[in-house]
Amino acid sequence: MCTVCGCGEGETVVEGHSHTHKHEQGHGHEHAHAHDHAHHHHDHHHDYGQGPAHAHAPGMSQARMVQIEQDILSKNNEYAAANRTRFTRAGILALNLVSSPGAGKTTLLTRTIADLSGDLAMSVIEGDQQTANDAQRIRETGVKAIQINTGKGCHLDGHMVGHALDTLGPDDNSVVFIENVGNLVCPAAFDLGEAHKVVILSVTEGEDKPLKYPDMFHASDLMVLTKTDLLPYLDFDVAQCIEYARRVNPGIKVLQLSSTSGEGMDGWYQWIKAARQLASIGN
Amino acid sequence: MHELSLCEGVLQILQNSAREQGFQRVKRVWLEIGGLSGVEPDAMRFNFDAVTRGTLADHAGLEIIDVPGQAWCMPCGKTVPVENRFDPCPTCGSYQLQVVSGEEMRVKELEVE
Repeated sequence: MCTVCGCGEGETVVEGHSHTHKHEQGHGHEHAHAHDHAHHHHDHHHDYGQGPAHAHAPGMSQARMVQIEQDILSKNNEYAAANRTRFTRAGILALNLVSSPGAGKTTLLTRTIADLSGDLAMSVIEGDQQTANDAQRIRETGVKAIQINTGKGCHLDGHMVGHALDTLGPDDNSVVFIENVGNLVCPAAFDLGEAHKVVILSVTEGEDKPLKYPDMFHASDLMVLTKTDLLPYLDFDVAQCIEYARRVNPGIKVLQLSSTSGEGMDGWYQWIKAARQLASIGN
Repeated sequence: MHELSLCEGVLQILQNSAREQGFQRVKRVWLEIGGLSGVEPDAMRFNFDAVTRGTLADHAGLEIIDVPGQAWCMPCGKTVPVENRFDPCPTCGSYQLQVVSGEEMRVKELEVE
């Protein structure tokens, strides 16, 4: 996050949102440089030996110790909490969709919007490093969508989503899908204020993804296995995949579907409607 | 992967503290990083040096305190050590584990002047 207002780097662009920063310290500087002070790599024994004692002798040094005890993600968590309050007040269900690139998030969304548009008001926040292609695909279905380009950033954060909401203006009692940057690592750590993280895994990937990227599967409430129409042509072991997911998250719920054939989509729609009903009840 | 954003978060905390507590320079920073937090300490050091260049924490030392992962095993009814999220209980082999520590990413204290 940038040091001026909490934006992720200086390159984040929210469509239609003129939010420019003047960074006092250049964020674009090269990252290769000489390390001219001693590090203690691989040394897990904490060495307090080089600093002053916690109670310093008066007159000997200006140095002093300051207790901080603050979570590194506290700033993001504040933005996420503000988003969550906003969603709760408006009775909005916000879902944070996370997956590897190419798992079928956007296809799942376009099908979902086409099938549910008669029942629910929906809008979409799209996160990608570059291009507005996905937001364009969503808009073609007739719902509001806004693209966030994270530039160098590998994830959406609470602050970007807050700005996107300002521009998007989702309806009360609607569903906001936040399609995160395709990445099974970083988005796990960044709360956006969503009600649920939904991890999407396609059966064309390895069934051991839950073990390879445990943080994401641990952080998610629902795992959606997509592209199940391709199962006859693949070696993907569904039962094994679910067993791996439950190792990292015993409580995770699992749905299997194909956005192409429509198989299993009903379960997903029921889940969305049930979650929306919970969101509308209040805190 | 996201160590760069985390280091920018650290720098923000340092700058806010400098304003609140009235110090000009940060000489050393102690971070608590849990073994289950997904943070790579070496990447953290690399990015910290890059992010703090030309700031109040230029050339500050970075000390990373490793907080080992621990989980509550429901079948055993006790706290057990875990190195990864998918580790079974070392005593009974169950995966019914609730992580109780090791997820920390905290700025603990600073040496300042």
